[in-house]
Amino acid sequence: MDYGHSDPRKSGQKVPTAIKILIAGGLGAGKTTMVGAVSETGPLRTEEVLTEQGIGIDDLSGVEAKTTPTVAMDFGRISINDDVVLYLFGTPGQDRFWFVWDELALGALGAVVLADTRRLADCFPSVDYFERRGTPFIVAVNVFEGAVQYDLAELQLALNLNPDVPVLLCDARRRQSGKDVLIALLRHAMSNPAGAIAGDARP
Amino acid sequence: MSAPEELPEDRWVDEHAGPVVRPYAMTRGRTRPVTGRFDLVSLVTATHLLPTRDLGLGPEHLAIVRLCHRPLSVAELAAYLDLPLGTIRVMLGDLLERGLVLVREPAAAGALPHISIIEAAIDGLRAL
Repeated sequence: MDYGHSDPRKSGQKVPTAIKILIAGGLGAGKTTMVGAVSETGPLRTEEVLTEQGIGIDDLSGVEAKTTPTVAMDFGRISINDDVVLYLFGTPGQDRFWFVWDELALGALGAVVLADTRRLADCFPSVDYFERRGTPFIVAVNVFEGAVQYDLAELQLALNLNPDVPVLLCDARRRQSGKDVLIALLRHAMSNPAGAIAGDARP
Repeated sequence: MSAPEELPEDRWVDEHAGPVVRPYAMTRGRTRPVTGRFDLVSLVTATHLLPTRDLGLGPEHLAIVRLCHRPLSVAELAAYLDLPLGTIRVMLGDLLERGLVLVREPAAAGALPHISIIEAAIDGLRAL
């Protein structure tokens, strides 16, 4: 465990361990809904200025104009107890912003890929990303009203997933369902940790 | 809970025009913190030192210190203060350098938290 450059004991306060979990999937798959349903904070939003890391040089002083491109991230917090706090981060759009994904995935314990059976292909880029990176992930199929119901084994096949990757149904609007998904992910990450195979795209 | 109760009162914000002081002015044009890594989920806690304005700190620095009476992540600070992450990181570097905050970085990339931590998280989620 890396305690960074500060000694938490000096604060006279116990500092918990932060666990980062990503909630990925296509547009409209229910990422922000799930983050909001299961978090104590409701979805919070923060912005990253794109040029900062896209260029990575210190000569940007004063050039951040109103048009500076930013990418928004929705996230939430679940305080488990004094020792552990979970942070859930919804990933931004899949086709752009890969560098933001790299930052989010760095040190993440695992990811939930939300799938919508009406647009199953929308989650492929997320699945590809976490497979390539070696981040443990599970697929949670958000059950939308009016969508044709599929058998989980069929979905596993359709997604061309490694049989070890858990696939489960969920309702992103429901807190209990979100908790079940997170528990499934934590269990999966415990038995399939992001190990040596985890790529480190942005040290 | 939507936000800590103690949101800074002296935030220089005009709701219609956006922040009166642009983020790069708060950091005096700096885009990198003087020290520190500051992952999104690095947890920041205020020390018992009392910040004063003569340390060269602005109101946003002091707002961070006030919010961090309990551990808050870098991402939460950015959200509650409505500032870009890069700006928060620069200001955290200033505070860390002056010993006003402590920072606990998350587990190094690729390192799994101790199994007991994950088990505690699972148990805790069940109990919530």
